[in-house]
Amino acid sequence: MKALRNFLDKIKPQFEKGGKFAKLQSTFEAFETFLYVPNRVTLTGSHIRDANDLKRTMALVVLAMIPALLFGMWNVGYQHFLSTAAETGDIWQNFWFGCIRVFPIIVVSYVVGLGTEFVFAQIRGHEVNEGFLVSGMLIPLVMPPDVPLWMVAVATVFAVIFGKEVFGGTGMNILNPALTARAFLFFAYPKNMSGDQVWIAGQGDAVSGATPLGDALASTTTPGSSLTLPDTMDMFYGFMPGSIGETSTLAILIGAVILLFTGMASWRIMLSVFVGGLLMGYIFNWVGANAYMEISPWDHMVMGGFAFGAVFMATDPVTATQSTKGKYIYGFLIGFFAILVRVFNPAYPEGMMLAILLMNVFAPLIDHYVIQANVKKRRKRWAAAQVAA
Amino acid sequence: MSNTFKIRKGLDINLLGEAEKTISEIPSKLCAIKPPDFHGVFPKVLVKEGDEVKAGSPLFYDKYRENIIFTSPVSGKVREVRRGAKRVLLEVSVEAAAEQEYVDFGSADPNGLDKAAVTEKLLNSGVWPFIRQRPYSIIAKPEDDPKSIMISAFDSAPLAPDYDLIVQGQAEVFQTGIDALRKLCSGKLYLNVSGKAGVSSVFLDAKGVEINTFSGPHPAGNVGTQINRISPLNRGEIIWYLRPQDVLSIGRLFREGKFDASRTIAVCGSELKRPHYYRTMLGTSITEMINDNVKEGKVRYISGNVLTGTQIGKTGFVGFYDSQLTVIPEGDYYEFVGWALPGLKKFSFYYTFLSWMMPGKKYRLDTNFHGGERAFVLTGKFEQVFPFNIYPMQLIKAIMIEDIDRMENLGIYEVDEEDFALCEFISTSKINIQKIVRDGLNLMIKEMS
Repeated sequence: MKALRNFLDKIKPQFEKGGKFAKLQSTFEAFETFLYVPNRVTLTGSHIRDANDLKRTMALVVLAMIPALLFGMWNVGYQHFLSTAAETGDIWQNFWFGCIRVFPIIVVSYVVGLGTEFVFAQIRGHEVNEGFLVSGMLIPLVMPPDVPLWMVAVATVFAVIFGKEVFGGTGMNILNPALTARAFLFFAYPKNMSGDQVWIAGQGDAVSGATPLGDALASTTTPGSSLTLPDTMDMFYGFMPGSIGETSTLAILIGAVILLFTGMASWRIMLSVFVGGLLMGYIFNWVGANAYMEISPWDHMVMGGFAFGAVFMATDPVTATQSTKGKYIYGFLIGFFAILVRVFNPAYPEGMMLAILLMNVFAPLIDHYVIQANVKKRRKRWAAAQVAA
Repeated sequence: MSNTFKIRKGLDINLLGEAEKTISEIPSKLCAIKPPDFHGVFPKVLVKEGDEVKAGSPLFYDKYRENIIFTSPVSGKVREVRRGAKRVLLEVSVEAAAEQEYVDFGSADPNGLDKAAVTEKLLNSGVWPFIRQRPYSIIAKPEDDPKSIMISAFDSAPLAPDYDLIVQGQAEVFQTGIDALRKLCSGKLYLNVSGKAGVSSVFLDAKGVEINTFSGPHPAGNVGTQINRISPLNRGEIIWYLRPQDVLSIGRLFREGKFDASRTIAVCGSELKRPHYYRTMLGTSITEMINDNVKEGKVRYISGNVLTGTQIGKTGFVGFYDSQLTVIPEGDYYEFVGWALPGLKKFSFYYTFLSWMMPGKKYRLDTNFHGGERAFVLTGKFEQVFPFNIYPMQLIKAIMIEDIDRMENLGIYEVDEEDFALCEFISTSKINIQKIVRDGLNLMIKEMS
């Protein structure tokens, strides 16, 4: 390892100001700090610092997504073989098929996204931020397995530039970049992002390729159709068509446990998303105007991207509310709106994405009122003290 | 009346090298008073190198508050008036003579004096600067009548000195100090003791004070935390605060009529061969305390604790308000994929390193930054180590954009940089929060005067 360090020290001056490759300074720095935690020491303030940095934080979040990714790969294969009744795959065939389909999407997302980040970091003279490590994994997980790679690339560039860099980069963005990518594709190429043709890779003719959500929606828009959902436990385990990483609530919950244990995500947000969703589900149950409204609220939790959104998207600390009280409100409204959009809006089978993006926009407003309450309390105390004096 | 306050939010950082509870005597040969220890003071020097001074002779004073003078802790010869860039006065050091002579300020029973007389004595002897005020953590203004005076009788910072040990057997001196302080303030005098067992009777038997108990993790011992629980500061209000050894100095001034600046200092940290206490002088040079006592390797000497202390060199001096010298290893090394290692030896507030499996383990932490500076990303974490009803991140951001109204509204009067030390420690974005807060406080001083 000494040789590597020596090599880095040797070539480092060429990347510094005035060096031959000064234009690649950010890139060099990114790779250097990836390989070695820098030798920088504290100068002001606390002399010791927590060992946890943003790299570790982001790596942990990516780690939490691995169960959903692995299951997603398997499920892509499983759904494929299920739809082509002629062949059936064992677990490894399923996984291998999915791996071949999913891996390129991940590579495209990371290469394109990080490339964009590196360019912006260099223009701004910043270090490269680690934020995209998470976005780069989230983007493939919310894509349908059949999505063309060029679309992934276009969406990633759009998300990084308009979702993040125009606001100043990681930590400054208003909208969740991964959801921005998905929303961009959803509105730009709706044919490739919804319907019943995109959710199974290399779809055969044996089954309809619609997701349970698509079926549920069809039941309200197509007269005379009846609604039959897959078994709740099947949906919980994730044996259904859908976006790559979104189908298995079980795998997502394993990720949630990792996030919550390490303290990387807010349990307040996660909990209140589910509470909000369940409550709206029960309200619809109570109204019960059509078959969709009568779906059990618990089924809503395991269908579509609800669980994935609650665990990985809503909890993005940058785009969520920052105050403790605000987190409850924010999460609750996401869950509430997600189910509302699902059931009421025939154009959007998946309400979660839109609910989170909507609340991303409102998060600063919620925080404003929560913080204003704190300010009012303080001013009231001042006034009381003045009266007493 | 006595209350018990339980602090729930905070963090105890267990470090190796706690000072053993024995005290060695070291007659101080060289002492210094360092103007940078005092926020908002513009020092004007009164002595030249080579001048003879007594203990209690003025060394310099504050240009804008001429009655605030800083006196020599020992008698002897002025060794150096050291200045830095732009001729900023960094320290005035005095070489101690073998025989100590004291300026006589006259002993008196504070109970028989009025506020003016007590104040005058404190000012003339150079003891006054021990009394600081919140907001801003600057030296108190003699003409103010503070809402109350707070004395935190314990320190909860990592490897903090044990004041119960330090004040042992000095009950009368401490009481005299309290009596003098009572003359300065029409409000209450609070003495805040630790909730742990073994609180010294010197504190518990003190008269004329309200004793409150604080338990819980650091920053339970910070005076900022205590003020926040007992009577939070409102705009325009002032609270004065001191540390127990300062009260002892005041007590000795009134009992013996001299500026007796003796101090007991905890010399601690993982890099010491034998961490223990030294009885020495205010602002003492650390060379004698670390002689033959420091392990091999590159180390950092910190006057104060690892969270809020000041870096001083091998030949540096202990700060005016510090009762602790910490020695920890420097962290200027590269660590191969350090961010991805399991991290059994790494301490983290987060459960992202496997060291969480060893609660209670004591760590040898160094000064490595552990990453690069980033924008704020995680939220809700500062709140877990910040026991105030204040939004820490929002306040920090308000300071960064220098929005005075917002800083006021979000509670800048109630905090100072040491209250944010833990936030800075746990910040995954590695932001130097204490410096930001200090800059904010300095800005407020400027705007409000």
